[in-house]
Amino acid sequence: MTPVCELSALQPDRGVAALLPDGSQVAVFLTSAGTVHALGNIDPFSGAAVLSRGIVGDRGGVPVVVSPVYKQAFELTTGKCLDDPSTGVPVHPVVVTDGVIQVGSP
Amino acid sequence: MTRTLVIVGHGMVGHRLVEALREKDVTDQWRVGVVAEETRPAYDRVALSSYVDNWDANSLSLAPHDDDAVELHLNDQVVHIDRDDKVVRTTAGRVQPYDALVLATGSIPFVPPVPGRDLPGCHVYRTIEDLDGIRATVEAAHSSGRHAGMVLGGGLLGLEAANALRGMGISPHVVELGPRLMPLQVDEGGAGLLKRLVEKLDLTIHTGTSASSIEKDGDRLIAKLSNGVELDLDVVVFSAGIRPRDELARSFGLKVGERGGIVVDQACRTSDENIYAIGECANLDGMVYGLVAPGYSMAEVVADRLLGGEAEFPGADMSTKLKLLGVDVASFGDAHAKEEGALEVVVNDAVAGTYAKVVVSDDAKTLLGGILVGDASKYPLLRPLVGRPVPGDPVALIGPAGGGPELTLPHDAQVCSCHAVTKQQIVDVVNSGEAVDVPGIKACTKAGTGCGSCVPMLKKLLSECGVEQSRALCEHFDHSRADLFEIARSTGVTTFSELIGKHGRGRGCDLCKPAVASILASLDNGHVLGGEQAALQDTNDHFLANIQRNGTYSVVPRIPGGEITPEKLIVIGEVARDFGLYTKITGGQRIDLFGATVDQLPQIWARLVDAGFESGHAYGKALRTVKSCVGTTWCRFGVQDSVSLAIELELRYRGLRSPHKLKSAVSGCARECAEARGKDFGVIATENGWNLYVGGNGGFTPRHAELIASDVDTETLIKLIDRFLMFYIRTADRLQRTSTWIESMEGGLDHLRSVIVDDSLGICADLEAAMAKHVDNYADEWRGVLEDPEKLARFTSFVNAPGTPDPTISFREERGQNVPVLLGVPEVSR
Ligand code: SRM
Ligand SMILES: Cc1cc2nc3c(=O)[nH]c(=O)nc-3n(C[C@H](O)[C@H](O)[C@H](O)COP(=O)(O)OP(=O)(O)OC[C@H]3O[C@@H](n4cnc5c(N)ncnc54)[C@H](O)[C@@H]3O)c2cc1C
Ligand code: SF4
Ligand code: FES
Repeated sequence: MTPVCELSALQPDRGVAALLPDGSQVAVFLTSAGTVHALGNIDPFSGAAVLSRGIVGDRGGVPVVVSPVYKQAFELTTGKCLDDPSTGVPVHPVVVTDGVIQVGSP
Repeated sequence: MTRTLVIVGHGMVGHRLVEALREKDVTDQWRVGVVAEETRPAYDRVALSSYVDNWDANSLSLAPHDDDAVELHLNDQVVHIDRDDKVVRTTAGRVQPYDALVLATGSIPFVPPVPGRDLPGCHVYRTIEDLDGIRATVEAAHSSGRHAGMVLGGGLLGLEAANALRGMGISPHVVELGPRLMPLQVDEGGAGLLKRLVEKLDLTIHTGTSASSIEKDGDRLIAKLSNGVELDLDVVVFSAGIRPRDELARSFGLKVGERGGIVVDQACRTSDENIYAIGECANLDGMVYGLVAPGYSMAEVVADRLLGGEAEFPGADMSTKLKLLGVDVASFGDAHAKEEGALEVVVNDAVAGTYAKVVVSDDAKTLLGGILVGDASKYPLLRPLVGRPVPGDPVALIGPAGGGPELTLPHDAQVCSCHAVTKQQIVDVVNSGEAVDVPGIKACTKAGTGCGSCVPMLKKLLSECGVEQSRALCEHFDHSRADLFEIARSTGVTTFSELIGKHGRGRGCDLCKPAVASILASLDNGHVLGGEQAALQDTNDHFLANIQRNGTYSVVPRIPGGEITPEKLIVIGEVARDFGLYTKITGGQRIDLFGATVDQLPQIWARLVDAGFESGHAYGKALRTVKSCVGTTWCRFGVQDSVSLAIELELRYRGLRSPHKLKSAVSGCARECAEARGKDFGVIATENGWNLYVGGNGGFTPRHAELIASDVDTETLIKLIDRFLMFYIRTADRLQRTSTWIESMEGGLDHLRSVIVDDSLGICADLEAAMAKHVDNYADEWRGVLEDPEKLARFTSFVNAPGTPDPTISFREERGQNVPVLLGVPEVSR
């Protein structure tokens, strides 16, 4: 688990990007419901490291982040792409201890 | 045992047979082989003319047969039928045994034997390749600066072809041998009006004559008409009717009609019981049908017969409705009153430019047919009533709008004639909840997917069934954007959470969040990244820059009117050099700097703001640019100072958030160097003041802006634009540009004019006040970010390593500048 930032650094329904020791990038989100999620930051459709900059919301009640490049939705809890279920992004385990967000490997 | 069906020809009808058979053949009794001469699979030939709108052949595609039981052999032709052994042979050498054979070979255009008809520049009008050929001729002609064309044939297709030529910048002459245009569908009265209407649109109509020769004259064509007229032309299009392709039938001993066409019975069977013929090549009851709907019916009949059914050809509806050159024409049923004793009722309004006729039975009790020219809005209601009792007084049916009785259709009336769908079928899918909107009805019944003329009726049926047409923004709000705007404006709600809490459901999404953010910004609720608004913004608005394909951003400072001092140009150059940004002059008369990473954006903008630049809102649904030409200051033709006005307008409306982006331009005279008529609002100088045009755009469907006020002074002009923009912002849908907004408005441009010029709704003072508030409250967004450490904090690459650049971003050099190295899209397995 790598500590990435304080929970208070996150804005509800918005993400931040963090760099893990192995050089990979995660997108960390705080939802307005108060849950924290971490997904791979690389958008599989554009190849750009931008998922952290997508809009967070829900589709049919399922919490999602929408890629800012070509607008596919990814489920926050599973990483599955709702617009193309054959693809998706890795989900990283997340814990919040003493107000600090820690992210592990998928 | 599986049997083999071979279909010759993959036009719309052959395609339909495959679809119909595969849908009905649930036990896979038949394997299907299709031999098709064209190089591409069947496409929507009925919509062929729309190809000239975008030259995108894919937009005509029909659903592919994604099916193992179907084999499609393109670019091959059946040349031999061995009826005894039941085998066909093709030019590619394929030998294909069949249990049943269907000829769906369609027809070819008839080219009258005019001397010179084979010269380069002479074309027919049937395939995508034909239109490509016409385009090539026209483009070659354009370079020599003269443009005229002749269409031989003034029928439905001829006029379509003329319209297509017009779209390519050619003035068409239409030459019709008969005494009037569209002789098959329209009578003398209707054709008279049609001629008047199309002549206003730059068409020259020659009736009662034909071409006697076509000759080459340098790179031009000279056509001599039998009435002595000579036409000097770039291009000729033959559209003089079609001939069924019955050559296979003739060569291999099947019975053909006296005037062509493969003779078939009510089951579409030819004189050989194993061979069927359908579509435009078939001759049924002595008729060869040149429309797609009868062909589709034949395909359904054959599909049924192949599976042991007893279906028979149900008869054909020859009704047509089309919008040609913006003129509505419809003809249905017994349009020419051929039935014994039939009575005609005509309303010919020469002033309004409409002609309407209904044909009724001798006792005036049964509707037999009709013709509508100029306004065909009653067509979807009248056509299904053919053969049924006339509801009330026949005159009232076609009387002035609003006067007629409220018509409801009987349940067994056919609503969609292209796909033979009845009102009952539609009502059923709506009432069962299978379809809740027009796309749903299309998917369930196919109604509305042909010529589209029944779509207004589908909407009417939905509301008859009590289904309100949803204008809902997305799954989180039942309201339209315009309704939400009114709610926010009248209740003073200033946050998304309050709005969704009180008027929506769920958490929101990428559709409603930016739309609400835009509404709140239009209502002047502070900085777009202030408080909760920040979370609503699309990445572009969130970082006040446009995202690029590699995750970097572009920087576009505002350069009002395109005018810039050398000092400021130098600053842009220095900034671009120091940050290694790719630099390009945009189509909007300003400069775009590409390749900035998130963390560089504030540093770049600090230097630009210091030098007096502001955000150009290239990222926002907001005013982009007001382009200008040099105008009176320098240009010898200019009649007004276009640069000063463009700058004034750009500064007035900068930062104004709207349903979609807004573009403008000002030209100093009618030569129009600034392309103002391609803009949402465009201004062109006149001797006496300014002309204001609204509703133009480029993009996927380019449209010219239309004149809404002429010769106004600057003060009046600005008032009108204030009102126009505010009215748009309040009432348009999400991502609806001004052109489509005006189009979807009941009453269109005339209504808009009455609202913003004549103040028919009494809201102009309010609209002006709202714009005044915007102008007073404007502040540069980028300055706002640079002055606020909290907003600045989000411009970091990594929350846990703010100084580290994103390792996925790298550049290579092209023509002396940085361009992105695109990473291969990573394999993601789940
Ligand atoms: C940079 C520029 C092309 C260039 O190199 O010249 C450009 C670039 C983009 N255009 Fe454009 N358009 C540019 C002039 C135009 C023009 C010409 C003009 O403005 O005179 C048009 C046609 C005129 C019009 O809009 O009616 C144009 C029609 C579009 C459209 C289609 C709009 C439509 O209604 O169909 C889009 C898509 C959209 O907005 O949804 C678009 C969208 C885009 C976006 C924003 C696509 C995107 O989301 O990434 C591009 C990114 C800009 C960037 O990253 O900075 N761009 N685009 C031009 C910037 C002008 C400026 O200074 O602001
Ligand atoms: C511009 C235009 C506008 C039109 N507008 C309308 C309209 O508004 N409403 C309407 O109802 N109809 C309209 N039509 C007519 C409509 O398109 C036709 O009725 C319909 O496409 C006929 O379909 P089909 O499959 O019978 O024939 P086709 O589309 O001609 O298909 C026959 C196919 O068979 C192929 N073929 C022929 N012989 C052989 C062979 N020996 N071996 C292999 N393949 C062969 C041909 O190459 C062709 O691809 C329009 C037509 C045009 C050109
Ligand atoms: S539009 Fe007229 S005034 Fe402007 S540059 Fe062109 S010719 Fe000159
Ligand atoms: S009538 Fe042509 S699509 Fe319905």
